[in-house]
Formats: sequence, structure tokens, C-alpha cells
Amino acid sequence: MVATNGYKRIVIEPVTRVEGHGKVTILLDEAGKVHQTRLHIVEFRGFERFILGRPFWEVPVLVQRLCGICPVSHHLAAAKAMDWIVGGEKLTPTAEKMRRLMHYGQTLQSHALHFFHLCSPDLLFGFDADPAIRNVIGVAGKYPDLAVQGVMLRKYGQEIIKATAGKKIHGTGAIPGGINKNLSIQERDFFLKDLEQMMSWARSALKIAKDYTLEHVDELKGFGSFLSNHLSLVRKDGAMDLYHGNLRAITADGRKIFDQVDYQSYLDYIREEVRSWSYMKFPFIKSIGPESGWYRVGPLARVNTCDFIDSPEAEAARKEFMAVTNGKPNNISMAYHWARMIELLHSMEMIAGLLHDRDLQGKDLVVKGKRRGEGVGLVEAPRGTLFHHYKVDENDQVTMANLIVSTTNNNEPMNRAVRGVADEFISGRQIREGLLNRVEVVIRAYDPCLSCATHAMGRMPLVVELYDHAGQLVDRRSRE
Amino acid sequence: MSETMTITIDGREIQARPGQTILEAAEAAGVYIPRLCYMKGLTPHGSCRVCTVLVNGRPQSACTQPATPGAVIENDTERLLALRRNIIEMLFVEGNHFCMFCEKSGNCELQALAYRFGIPAPMYPYLWPKREVDASHPDVMVDHNRCILCARCVRASRDLDGKNVFQFVNRNGHKRVAVNAEARLGDTDLKVTDKAVAACPVGALLKKRVGYAVPVGKRLYDHEPIGSDIAAAHKK
Repeated sequence: MVATNGYKRIVIEPVTRVEGHGKVTILLDEAGKVHQTRLHIVEFRGFERFILGRPFWEVPVLVQRLCGICPVSHHLAAAKAMDWIVGGEKLTPTAEKMRRLMHYGQTLQSHALHFFHLCSPDLLFGFDADPAIRNVIGVAGKYPDLAVQGVMLRKYGQEIIKATAGKKIHGTGAIPGGINKNLSIQERDFFLKDLEQMMSWARSALKIAKDYTLEHVDELKGFGSFLSNHLSLVRKDGAMDLYHGNLRAITADGRKIFDQVDYQSYLDYIREEVRSWSYMKFPFIKSIGPESGWYRVGPLARVNTCDFIDSPEAEAARKEFMAVTNGKPNNISMAYHWARMIELLHSMEMIAGLLHDRDLQGKDLVVKGKRRGEGVGLVEAPRGTLFHHYKVDENDQVTMANLIVSTTNNNEPMNRAVRGVADEFISGRQIREGLLNRVEVVIRAYDPCLSCATHAMGRMPLVVELYDHAGQLVDRRSRE
Repeated sequence: MSETMTITIDGREIQARPGQTILEAAEAAGVYIPRLCYMKGLTPHGSCRVCTVLVNGRPQSACTQPATPGAVIENDTERLLALRRNIIEMLFVEGNHFCMFCEKSGNCELQALAYRFGIPAPMYPYLWPKREVDASHPDVMVDHNRCILCARCVRASRDLDGKNVFQFVNRNGHKRVAVNAEARLGDTDLKVTDKAVAACPVGALLKKRVGYAVPVGKRLYDHEPIGSDIAAAHKK
């Protein structure tokens, strides 16, 4: 990486404790002020290309291989698109509830993984703590109970995925027009046994995230935060719904840009821009344009966009959350953690409700109707709104695929967040550990899945190089 | 019925009837000889060589070799396991077999043999051939990526369905299953109910829109290795 035009460039590669491989460059001018920041997504996989020609019923199983963290999201989004293809979008109660259970199970495991193992070191030890202890091993050493709770919550979610999809990773449960199994009484009782324990751990995780945010709220308000639009699915009555609903977008102060949009017509509302320096595209709201039409998705956006949460404990938590910003949307990047834990508890509450629902033991699993040539499927994945769009020809082969992945939606916001942190913490020629940590901390708040976003996977040690305006390497730091 | 004869498989004496192949006699006695191109009800083809056994020290395909009085047969030995494993590995690298998303996974005889033989990954380099998918038929599709040239569809169509929908064309690495006299499967008189469609041991010839209807845990080879049914049936 060379410096040009009298600017100095700082490279952070890779960004650690996120899913996948990313790189940050910070370009400084001669005065040592931040000139430009970019989060580069440097890998490429091309799923949209190589599923062409495959039979449509294969897609929900094939395309989930994008990711090993929340493959259920891709599995379900693709299955929902294929429901539309086979005319089976009105699922039987058993099919819809089995899919919901699968989805809440994965939201639980994904949020638990992120909070306990990826981000808790930042919150528990502080941003400036030695990286040697500021990691999951450090957490396990100093807070063993917490580390175990993270593992057990994740396990519970993974077991739910296995019971609904057939396997913990990359299962086959959701099929076009329905589901291929129900939940047996034995499976149900297995989950009921540990339900109360999981609920109580979810509550305590929420408390940690809430207390942390409230304690540091003044500091966090200025930490990589910025005003933005927010987008998510909401239920018809405005409730948060992670599995199904219509699109709603709001401005930074809560004004509705659009509401209750049927996602089959998402292309009339959302567009994507390509920039030469990243494999990740930049989506924006069409009516506003690429310059300021970008938006945030994920836990923060969902808590902001919904009118209420249809589960009592999470709803109470949402009210506390919204009180911090007097009922207006919360635009603090680090508030993602709190919002994520509200959703963790919401997922547990929904799992509890579903386990007591006898529809899960129903036998009516699949519906089919009028065949269509095109279908769109959306879910609220753990990291945000996930779009799958397919066209299928009369021979049942896929002819077009377009995926807008959660992290792609958060592309511009993550770049903004990095810029905000860089502006605040950089001045001078030297790389300070604190700066690098903070850039990573704020990216991590978005829980990006870079493998999904470019359909790529990888992990490397962190290397940072600082060049002066003449292109000379003046400082270099690395850690394993 | 004529007299039976005695043959020995892996040191165990079993009875065989005249006209029985070694594979049939072994199966009747509850001894599993691994096989792939063999299918009950079809003329044996002897082409995949997975059922190779040593008959009086000489390699023979058990599905075509008749039982002869006093034959001494080796089946379940390290040497033969290694040979069979190599055949299966070569079949995997010759085609494009992606078990992880193949709808035949769990019901596939090729995959089941790989599991039975303990093959985690092939040791040969993948050839990544460029092959086609023919989805022109309304109810059946052919994915040539997964075809292992076992000729079960060829034989079933000819001998059981009386249709001759499939046959081989070309030689060596270019050999493939073709649709009889027509360019596309959709132009033939193949019916989804034809025995040829069900004869495919892998995911090459598939009924459309069935996909993953059978959940993981309920598939043919989810719990017991392929061939377990043969020993189990004999014990009853």
C-alpha cells in the first residue's frame, strides 16, 4: 500500500473477531488529519453466478453454503423465494411455525456467539486492554460463568436448528412450499427441560449490554455514531418480526420513508451501487438516491423501526431502550449490542411460545399452488434484512439470482462509523493500539459477516502499516 | 431344483445353487459383497468392478462370475477393501460430486460406499469435467455431473421399460449417457414412473421437484452403512 498525493495511508488488515476477512485503510493528509477511510471487502465468491442452471428446489440447500454462521437465514430466505415459485407462499401452520422455530434458534445462537465471544471482550476489558487478554480466552479466564453461558445458549440454538432443519449446520428442513419434518414430542420435551435456564441467561446477557450502554452512554454517543435511515421488515401491525413481514424504512428522526411495502417489489424501492475498491455493493433507497439513501439494518434498525415487540419481556426492554433517545430512533453505533440482546431475549420468548404450540406436531407440511417464474424471499437475519431474488425458467432451472446480504446493507454505515472513529482518534504519524482497537470495536458492533457479504470466507493475523506521504513505511504493527 | 454346491467365502462355507452368481449366493447366505452397477432384476453388467472378489486367487466381478463347486473366495480383506476404495475415489474425482447440497445425499449408493469404506476425501486430484444438466423433460432431469456410467438406467429402460431411452456414446473420458436418438430428454417417451428413473444409484437421474422431501435422519443410509440390510435379513 503506497501513499500518494501527499497523503499517508494506514491499513488495518484483517479486522479481527468479525466473521470473514476485511481490511481498513485510513488515508491521512500531511497535517496528519483523516482524509478518507474505507472498509475494503477483498474476497469474492460469486454464488449468484454458479447457482445458475441448478434446479430451483436445490437452491435453499445450496445457497446457504455461503456461510457457516447463520446459514439458516439464507436457507429460509431462499426457501421463501421458492415458496413463491411453487405458489406455496401461504404455508401450513406447522410449516410456518417450524421455520420460525428454526429461525429463532439461529438468531439465538448467532447473537449469543457474537455477544459472548466476539464483542464481550471489548465491553468487559475496555477498548484499550491488552489484545492478549481482550479475547474470548481472556473472558473464559476472568468470567468463566459468562463464557459457559455463551456456549450453552449457542448450543441450545444449534440443537433447535438440528431438530427443525435436520442438521446443526447446512440442514435441509425448509423446502419449497413448506418443511420436511415436524417436531416430535421427544424433541419438544428435550428443549422444554432447559427452557427456564436459557431464559434466565438471556435476561442476564441483556442486563450486561444495557448496563454497559447506559454507563457509557455519553462516550458512546460520539463513538462512531452518526445519523442514518433504518430499514427492516415489520409485521402488518408494526410489530418486530424476524421471519416475515413487509418493508419499512424510516429516517434518522423516525419519519417513515416507506411502509408496509410488499418485498416482491423491493426493486422499486432499493437499488445497489458498485464501487471499484470493494467487492461489496452499496445499497440505497431509490427515492433518496445513493448519496444519502443508504440505511442501517440489523438489531439497532429493527428496534428503531418497529412499533412494538410482541413478547412481554423484550417489549419492556425495548421501551427502556427507546427512552434513552426520548422515543426517537437511536443512532448510536454501540447501541447495536443492547438491541441485539433485546432480540436474544425476544427469540427465547418466541421459542418458549412455540414449544408449547401443538401445531408443531402437525402433519400437514407442504402446500403448492400456481407456478410462477420469479420469486423474492426476505428474512430478518441476525445481522439484518436479507434479500434473495430468483428467476426460474419453464424447465425449473434458475436463470437469475440476486442476493442483498445483511452486511451489504450495512456497508456504507460501517464506512461512516470507521470514519467517525478515525476523525476522533487519529492525529499524528504513529499507529497507536488504541486507534486500531477502536476501529475494530466499532466495526464489530455491526456484527458484520464479510463472508456472506461478498460470499467470502477467511481469517488472517492483523497487520497494520503506516506510510508517509512519500510512500515510505514509517511504522508497522502486527499481531497474531 | 438341482443339487447345491459348497463354496467358501472368507473361510466360511456357504451353499450355492447352479446358475447363481457369487454375489447372489453370498447375499442369500447373508454375506454382503459391495456393489454399485449391480441391481437386482437387471442383467449384470460387471463394469464398475466394486464387487471384485478373489476366486481361487484371481480377481473376478462377483456380479457376473457364476459360483462353481469348491470355489475359494476372498471378499472382506484389506487388499480388496483398498481396491474398492480406489475405485470409489476415482468415481468421485471423475465427475462433479457435491454431496453437501446434492438432494440424493443420504440415499446415494456412491456416497454410502464412501462412508462404508471410510473415505474422508479422495486422494486423487479432481478432474472437474464440464458437464451438462438436461432439464428439458417436465418431470425428470439428468445431471451429467453426477453420472458414474453404471448403465443401470440403460439396462432398466431396455429390459424393464422396453423403451431404450438411454445408451452410451463416445469412449474413455468422453463417454456419457445419451438419450436415444434424441438430443433432449424432453423429446423421448420417458415417463417419470419408468423403472429407469428409479434405477439411478446417484443423483444423476432425478424425479423433479422432490428435492429434500425426506428429512435428515429418515434417509436410507442415515443410520446403518450400505449393505447392513443383507446381513440383517439373513439373521431373521
